[in-house]
Amino acid sequence: MPHVTFTANLQRHLDAPSLEVGGTSVGEVLEAVFAQKPRLRSYIVDDQGRLRRHVNLFVNSRMIADRTGLGDAVRPDDEVFVFQALSGG
Amino acid sequence: MAQDLFVATRKGLFVVDGEGPALPRAIGFLGDPVSAFLQDPRDGCFYAALNLGHFGVKLHRSEDGGARWTELPAPAFPVGMAANGESEKAPSVSLIWTLAAGGDEQPGRLWAGTIPGALFRSDDRGETWHLVESLWNQPSRPEWFGGGYDDPGIHSICVDPRDGDRLIVGISCGGVWRSEDSGGSWVLGGKGLAATYMPPDRVDDPTIQDPHRLAVCPTAPETVWCQHHCGIFRSDDGGLHFVQITDVPPSAFGFAVAAHPQDPRTAWFVPAVKDECRVPVDGRLVVTRTRDGGASFESLAQGLPQEGAYDLVYRHALDIDAEGRALAMGSTTGGLWVSGDGGESWRLLSAHLPPIAQVSFADRS
Repeated sequence: MPHVTFTANLQRHLDAPSLEVGGTSVGEVLEAVFAQKPRLRSYIVDDQGRLRRHVNLFVNSRMIADRTGLGDAVRPDDEVFVFQALSGG
Repeated sequence: MAQDLFVATRKGLFVVDGEGPALPRAIGFLGDPVSAFLQDPRDGCFYAALNLGHFGVKLHRSEDGGARWTELPAPAFPVGMAANGESEKAPSVSLIWTLAAGGDEQPGRLWAGTIPGALFRSDDRGETWHLVESLWNQPSRPEWFGGGYDDPGIHSICVDPRDGDRLIVGISCGGVWRSEDSGGSWVLGGKGLAATYMPPDRVDDPTIQDPHRLAVCPTAPETVWCQHHCGIFRSDDGGLHFVQITDVPPSAFGFAVAAHPQDPRTAWFVPAVKDECRVPVDGRLVVTRTRDGGASFESLAQGLPQEGAYDLVYRHALDIDAEGRALAMGSTTGGLWVSGDGGESWRLLSAHLPPIAQVSFADRS
């Protein structure tokens, strides 16, 4: 099953351990994550389910292309990384 | 200063102990932007809204004076909500700009004003939130636009202390709206406001006004003070009609306004040069006060920096206590001042805080 890892900066706000979940697309993988960790949803996606503007999501080493529909494919042995974009201030 | 003072900043929530050493100390969310703070006067609970930037808007409640915080669901637009026209994305809350408690007879009711310009209501102390669709679906909403942000936003929610169903809402830039039925229906007020940033035939159009901040006298809530983008205005009929107050030295431009809790003729403002130059006039930070309904103003400077000061006091960063004597203000460059004598004199508490979004007197007892 895909292995999902979250930026350590999320740990400041809530429990976000690495998980192994089912799913063949980014959207399915995230839904499986949210089923286990409901509070994570609003940290990763916005009100309409789009990837938050300052969150970056990679499948292996490739940044996903579909930030709105989350349709990028995920294979069973893929690593999914949820990172934060860099910003100043 | 008997009450504690809470300071919501770009990098955390701070408190100044009313009876202790007057040095602000971090009480929560250090490093995170706190966009709004509320003490519910009915049960004493604190609410803090965060804008985590990367991870979205969040809402927390404390039932023990700020020692421990519990995350609540933040106001959010319904999933699947469509965009209104091609130029608009399907909505998502990007900022909780203000929080307000419902009436004494409405335990558990809270209001939240957001960017984009939506009003949300909770009837269970923030456990669940509902979009007030009657305002969101106003036919004039596509005319609203952002003031300083990409999208319009609700920054002022005035709940009538005599009747919690009566609301006055201020939107930048979407005018002044009034509801008599807890948000079931709305009347567009703000007649008499003047938007000189618009073409001549739309200057007095109530739908595109930019009331930077509204403040109501709690004991005479028909009196509404408005620090508008284009000057200072006062309403004596609950926000339906306004008159412009002119001759306000050193400037009528600003963001914040505080209304006296008992005297509807008294209000405070913090002026800046003008919209394209948001710094104190001549580098001198002053507070202006009227005690005669705007007929005349005093410029109060004792204890405030009178040279080289570039502090701007934003919408929610001026507060007055329930007695009308203590004032506090914080600037976007991290200056924090208090007054114990109605603004006659001021005392610097810190010049080194993060940018200040809101100051609020509250009790931790």
